[in-house]
Amino acid sequence: MSEEQIKNLEEQFEARIVRDDKIEPKDWMPEKYRQTHIRQISQHAHSEIVGMLPEGNWITRAPSLRRKVALLAKVQDEGGHGLYLYSAAETLGISRDEMFEQLHSGKAKYSSIFNYPALTWADMGAIGWLVDGAAIINQVALCGTSYGPYARAMVRICKEESFHQRQGYEIMLKLSEGTQEQKDMAQDALNRFWWPSLMMFGPKDDESPHTAQSMKWKLKRKTNDDLRQQFVDQTVPQAELIGLTIPDPDLKWNEDKKGYDFGPIDWDEFWQVVKGHGPCNKERMKARVNAWEEGAWVRDAAMAYAEKQQERKEKQAV
Amino acid sequence: MMKHENLYKYIIGIADNSLILGQRMGELCGHGPSLETDIACTNISLDLFGQVRSYYQYAAKIAGDNRTEDDIAMLRKEREYVNVLLVEQPNTDFAYIMTRHFLFDMYHYMFLQELQKSQDLTLSAIATKSIKEVSYHLRFSTDWIKRLGDGTEESHSKMQNAIDDLWTYTDELFHLTDADKAMVKAGVGVDVTKLKDTYYTKVSEILQEATLEVPESKYFQKGGKQGIHTEHMGYLLAELQYMQRAYPNMEW
Repeated sequence: MSEEQIKNLEEQFEARIVRDDKIEPKDWMPEKYRQTHIRQISQHAHSEIVGMLPEGNWITRAPSLRRKVALLAKVQDEGGHGLYLYSAAETLGISRDEMFEQLHSGKAKYSSIFNYPALTWADMGAIGWLVDGAAIINQVALCGTSYGPYARAMVRICKEESFHQRQGYEIMLKLSEGTQEQKDMAQDALNRFWWPSLMMFGPKDDESPHTAQSMKWKLKRKTNDDLRQQFVDQTVPQAELIGLTIPDPDLKWNEDKKGYDFGPIDWDEFWQVVKGHGPCNKERMKARVNAWEEGAWVRDAAMAYAEKQQERKEKQAV
Repeated sequence: MMKHENLYKYIIGIADNSLILGQRMGELCGHGPSLETDIACTNISLDLFGQVRSYYQYAAKIAGDNRTEDDIAMLRKEREYVNVLLVEQPNTDFAYIMTRHFLFDMYHYMFLQELQKSQDLTLSAIATKSIKEVSYHLRFSTDWIKRLGDGTEESHSKMQNAIDDLWTYTDELFHLTDADKAMVKAGVGVDVTKLKDTYYTKVSEILQEATLEVPESKYFQKGGKQGIHTEHMGYLLAELQYMQRAYPNMEW
């Protein structure tokens, strides 16, 4: 293709995005668009899968049968989200095995929040309420993103995530109505998960290199700081309603901006965790790599069996 | 003594199997050999706990002394759990996990088929609901027995090990406790002794199809139905009961 032709295609492509047309797998797309989407969608899929670990950790210890069933259902949903996000990424020409390889080698990232430990039952509440809450704010914006398979996956995922968020909040509500020990457990979980949740929206706008391009492709509809503000404004009253205190002495309603001002985020901690040195980065990766390596003989067997079945079928046909 | 003590014991006898197997399957979440198996194992655990809730809620109602499903699930002593030894065996590897499941699923499916005919309408309704789930469990584990048995050399040998090891726990599935006998007599319970021959025939057929050898050992372990468990059980209960023991008398 000549440079002229490519330029033409690019112009048509950008025009389609402006018109809100969905880009589908077989459509022409710029290589950078493809790569950026592979990166973001696989990162999202990895987050779902790694996110199963801190919660999976509490399935065997859930305090009641009702909670155990709900937690199992939630973790199962997350596995399902991972599955259709991997499928969405596969439409861009990368295999699931390649994506796993990138995860295991550390090349691909996943949401840093899952590098924090889930230490008490209240953490199951805090994760649902805050982490899923923050995820929804990010994801609702993505329901209108330009890449069709990703946008459709997001619509479905958002419905389930908002159910998870209510479930998490309900765990916190129940604790806050309980004994002093339970209230303390809930407050402690909020204290530990509040700041990492704010970090889930990514670096400040002026330090976020991909924002402009992502806004253009509708991979982002609002900036990191805008989404973070939306999360704070939404969450503070929810905390007040159940008698919990946001662990931020600088938190204050600002009448002019009709939103909360909040204290400084510890960006050193953010980058430390992103770069692989959070409390659980190594454990999470080890768990995923172990599952993959220890499962190799199972996957090999399934493949060998399928081949044998195929051969038998062909022999019968002859 | 409780008015319907035998019925109570009978229900617990059924439900404890699902409870303990569900707990074992719940341990796997996020650690399976593939995303699909991970989701399936979580789903199976979810089904089993759903069944457990129906049984224990019914048992709690029969006990009539304000105990709850969670009291029954989480606040008994080890000697009071009456699940078969098979279901408490650890998740040694995926071959053990699937073999344990298959050996239990085949029994569970046949058992529920009969329980549907129970004169106790609650039990028969639970059986009718559960058998749909369990027929899926059986299909899932049967497929894996075939894949792993007739897959690679390595998977075949792992499967044969698992079968040989877990076989010793199969006979107990067909023992009758005193409560079982009373419930069979009352038309409520299933006479599991009558399922035994068909069970071994069907299991053997699948194993043969999977190119596995049917163990010939006639030495079997028992004790679960009397509350005498293997050494694995205490650790499983430590996790299952952790919250209820550490924070007694609270609502969650």
